[in-house]
Amino acid sequence: MTRQMLQGCRAISEMVTLCRPQVVSAYPITPQTVIVEELAQIVADGRLKAEFVNVEGEHSAASTVLGASAAGVRVFTATSSQGLLLMAEVVFNIAGMRLPVVMVNANRSVSAPLNIWNDQQDSMAVRDSGWVQLYAENNQEACDLILQAYKIAEDHRVMLPVMVCVDGFVLPHAYEMVDLPDQEDVDAFLPPFAPMYRLDPANPLTLGAYAEPDKYMETRYMLQETLRATLPIIEEVARDFSKSFGRPAHGAFEAYRLGDASTVVVAMGSMAGTIKEVVDELREKGQKVGLLRLIAFRPLPAAALYDALKNARDIVVLEKAVSLGNSGPLATELRALFQGRPASPGIDGFVIGLGGRDVTMEDIRGAVSKAQEGAVDAEFVHLREDLELEGVNA
Amino acid sequence: MPEVKEKAKGKDKSFDHIFSSGHTACPGCGQSLAVRLVLRAAGRNIIVVNSTGCLEIFSSKYGESAWGVPYIHSLFENIAAVASGVESALKATGRLDDVRVIAMSGDGSAADIGFGAISGMMERGHDVLYVCYDNEAYMNTGIQRSGCTPFYARTTTSPPGKVSLGNARPKKDLPQIILAHGVPYVATASVGYINDLDKKIKKALSIRGPKYVHVHVPCPLGWGSDSSRTIDIARMAVNSGLFPLYEVDHGDMKVRKIPKKVSAEEYLKLQTRFRHLFGKDGARDEVQQIQAVADANIEKYGLMSK
Repeated sequence: MTRQMLQGCRAISEMVTLCRPQVVSAYPITPQTVIVEELAQIVADGRLKAEFVNVEGEHSAASTVLGASAAGVRVFTATSSQGLLLMAEVVFNIAGMRLPVVMVNANRSVSAPLNIWNDQQDSMAVRDSGWVQLYAENNQEACDLILQAYKIAEDHRVMLPVMVCVDGFVLPHAYEMVDLPDQEDVDAFLPPFAPMYRLDPANPLTLGAYAEPDKYMETRYMLQETLRATLPIIEEVARDFSKSFGRPAHGAFEAYRLGDASTVVVAMGSMAGTIKEVVDELREKGQKVGLLRLIAFRPLPAAALYDALKNARDIVVLEKAVSLGNSGPLATELRALFQGRPASPGIDGFVIGLGGRDVTMEDIRGAVSKAQEGAVDAEFVHLREDLELEGVNA
Repeated sequence: MPEVKEKAKGKDKSFDHIFSSGHTACPGCGQSLAVRLVLRAAGRNIIVVNSTGCLEIFSSKYGESAWGVPYIHSLFENIAAVASGVESALKATGRLDDVRVIAMSGDGSAADIGFGAISGMMERGHDVLYVCYDNEAYMNTGIQRSGCTPFYARTTTSPPGKVSLGNARPKKDLPQIILAHGVPYVATASVGYINDLDKKIKKALSIRGPKYVHVHVPCPLGWGSDSSRTIDIARMAVNSGLFPLYEVDHGDMKVRKIPKKVSAEEYLKLQTRFRHLFGKDGARDEVQQIQAVADANIEKYGLMSK
């Protein structure tokens, strides 16, 4: 184990290298670019023996790793924002074809207006694709989740793609202390990919067959059931990871000072660090506040979430996404969890930090106190008051 | 190309039935015949990557696959990229000397929606043979115009009407565009000339790097032609000059000469997609425009012995 000060992109690409993918394909997009630049250099230096395929767009990046995975090798790709939207068709296809692709998405806003900074609207747009989606808080966790992602994806009980979501700029461009495991330990934890099926003339299979109405529904049912059955495997892999590397891995979510909390903030990704500061501060003032940091948005650990949140009075959802025309997607899903169940906490939804707007401690304090006052739904936090917002306050 | 190793003992050594009968192609389908011939030429040590389209639909229904070789279908526009990935995986695992990757699509996938991906695959130099079966429209969705639809052809999205005579643009010259990528081998072929197609596929597979074979395949349903005359009509396209046959092997061009020229009118008259060009008073002037396309090809490629 080597503990060192590394830029996030470097740490992530070193971790990917330790996982030994044999085909890497990507197309540059800010803020993912720094990750694939590092990987290209690592391949150029011969430290990773892989084919690095420079494609002409993200649709082809996803398609290239799809083809390579179907041919039986471990693969890696990364993207952001518009790139993820461009490859969305292939993202769905990869899951339907049950290929264990691992992708890092450096979360970024979606256009228009063009904005290269962080929020999570991009990955939310493909939440229904059949991928496992894991959200990292910091660069250490981003690395740890990449290693766990391969283990989960390639498990023969799963055989599904995994997207590791890292907040763009906030993680890949930041320097943090990161422990990178030794190659022997990674190899012991993650053996070479053993495909269940692959393109091979010695055993000719048809992959990607088309299904008429008499068969299609069963394939979607199998995806749904497999994703549900992946929840305990995520926990199992997290336990194995902790045992192998002596560092906590939280599985589907992290409970922070949740025990007796009557107000629980629920959030995903890098803003959790700031939220923990606020939780500590409010705890010192005697308020019973905690944080539930969701890591696995898909599959959603519904039963465990219900149990973890059922004693709360107020649930404050802070999310970097909005389902335009409705509420924040995470708030909506949490409300559905409590529908018709004995526990019935207030669930307040805040949309925060879109397009790279800073999420400050003051914003979080404000949201918590507002939620304690009364019901809030899809409230945009920290909007400017000096701009005339056409059609809203014109 | 490596010697084709017959791995499956006792199986059809002629490779005649790698692509099984019993699939659901229409009677007289030029594409299904061409696919069988391509596989016969290629043998069993291949991986086929197929786009969405007629071929995929009539051959790969779940539980009823016609493919005796490993086959993957992903999407409509991405097969050049999927094939790039398959090839990269073979390369990474040292299997590329034993296995050839063949991407197969129709003209709509190749010339239109998947054009960017093909260009990328060719430019990057992947060791893949791309075979485009050109039936000159989107037949799987019900005969819509593609970039390869010829001048004045009727399709459901280029219908003749009071102020239109069908497709208003000449056919996109995809083989020449692929050739401009500097790839080692580009050929045109026709299902009407079986031996020529066979030779071109074998030659293509003997060359490392990206190669492209564009096969003209009549579609009786889309063209409104007699399903028993697919081969005749394919030959007439060639012998009119409307679909010139040639190969360019490392810059060296060879053409297939036309033994006896067929007029464009004779070819067009056998297909209802051109019926609106013929009235009570005979052929309209536009037929002469199509003849001019044929003549220009004959001149450009030197298709007639002088």
